[in-house]
Amino acid sequence: MKPKAEIMDADQIRRAITRIAHEIVEANKGIQDVRLVGIRTRGVPLARRLAQRVEAIEGTACPVGILDITLYRDDLTTIAHQPIVHKTEIPFAIDDKIIVLVDDVLFTGRTVRAALDALMDLGRPRRVQLAVMVDRGHRELPIRADFVGKNVPTSLEEVVQVELVETDGVDRVRIMQRSDAR
Amino acid sequence: MSLRHKDLLGLEPLSSEEIALVLDTAEPCKQIFDRQVKKFPTLRGKVIVNLFYEASTRTRTSFEVAGKWMSADVVNISASASSVTKGESLTDTAKTLEALGADVVVIRHRHAGAAHLIARAVRARVINAGDGWHEHPTQGLLDLFTIREKKGRIQGLTVVIVGDILHSRVARSNIIGLTKLGARVRVAGPPTLMPLGLRELGVEVYHDLDAALEGADVINVLRIQRERQKKGLFPSLREYVRLYGVTKERLRRAKEDVMIMHPGPANLGVEIAQDVVEDERSVVREQVKNGVAVRMALLYLMSGGEPRELQPAD
Repeated sequence: MKPKAEIMDADQIRRAITRIAHEIVEANKGIQDVRLVGIRTRGVPLARRLAQRVEAIEGTACPVGILDITLYRDDLTTIAHQPIVHKTEIPFAIDDKIIVLVDDVLFTGRTVRAALDALMDLGRPRRVQLAVMVDRGHRELPIRADFVGKNVPTSLEEVVQVELVETDGVDRVRIMQRSDAR
Repeated sequence: MSLRHKDLLGLEPLSSEEIALVLDTAEPCKQIFDRQVKKFPTLRGKVIVNLFYEASTRTRTSFEVAGKWMSADVVNISASASSVTKGESLTDTAKTLEALGADVVVIRHRHAGAAHLIARAVRARVINAGDGWHEHPTQGLLDLFTIREKKGRIQGLTVVIVGDILHSRVARSNIIGLTKLGARVRVAGPPTLMPLGLRELGVEVYHDLDAALEGADVINVLRIQRERQKKGLFPSLREYVRLYGVTKERLRRAKEDVMIMHPGPANLGVEIAQDVVEDERSVVREQVKNGVAVRMALLYLMSGGEPRELQPAD
């Protein structure tokens, strides 16, 4: 894959997280019942950063959980190599809570579908919201985000790559060109 | 990283990386025990057939529970209630099951090589659930998982396997798995119940259990089958208990935190004393739970992709 354009740098990512944190607090009138759940892999550091920002705004801590959706994917029989399964770590009851799912990129919506199923097997939240850093369009399911860092129109030959210091050593979002694209 | 094989016939063909992958995958699978809804949708539409030509409670139930918790359809066939009694051959039975839609066939048979035979005959994935004196790979994997879970590692541990090593597929799979992952393996038992060539596998052979237990981190006690005594392989059960029965007294020679394992079903008061099974260092019940987790992991790892892209059996 060849990089085509950098669409967000570290400052833009930081500001987007700050804005989303404010939007979460405003939409839910505080964070009393709000719990953040990051979808592995890059939803997890994003959820942690959002929690820090929310805590700075409201003065109370916002618990963070980690969701692994591998066992809920709908493409396991079509891919040659099984993805590695990791642990789900949600150290709080989700019943009657407002769960904000956090992921890096919203694309087809299939990951979010899997995450919703995984979440429902763990309890019955009052409401589920979705926060993503980039919404790149091309939905295959009726799913939308409540909080978006940046809307980016893309073609299917492109890949949106979110990199974060915690997982990749750098904060940036780039559009890449698939090398197998004609 | 993925499993390169169509089938799981033994631990022998697996690399240490592949074994580690199964153990790593079993960890998140074990979380299912803490959940209210014990169900993942992962294997929806898959058919798993348990084909058991020998009695089994733990292994068969454990495969059944693992398959059901992963949403597969699980069919149990015991040889006594099937066309086997009408003289149908092993490969014919397996092909029939495949024609009925089996994606995975789990087989236990009293003859070594039975799983290999059907693995070559069918396109379905085959898992060996014990074949004669040969291997019992899923038991080996769950024992490795249990040791790693409690001790944090396998490399460098001293593991004692005591009992009828000659007739034990559990011992064989344990020895292969443990040595691949860098444990020091000692086996102890009467000379008549010890196979040849053990030292070539990198195993230390003891006929004195007390000496074998010196400084041990783990002891895995094998079931002793009373029929063996009738065949004259050891003089009397009483003598076996005196020389090789595992008691609290005897365990003092091992490390203080020695981990006690038994694949079950145990002959209490024979190869293992009741209070040893109930001891806080015993992981016998945990082994049963881990058996489900490891089998879930295997079913997941063996459920994807196209089997024909994978390497055939041996």
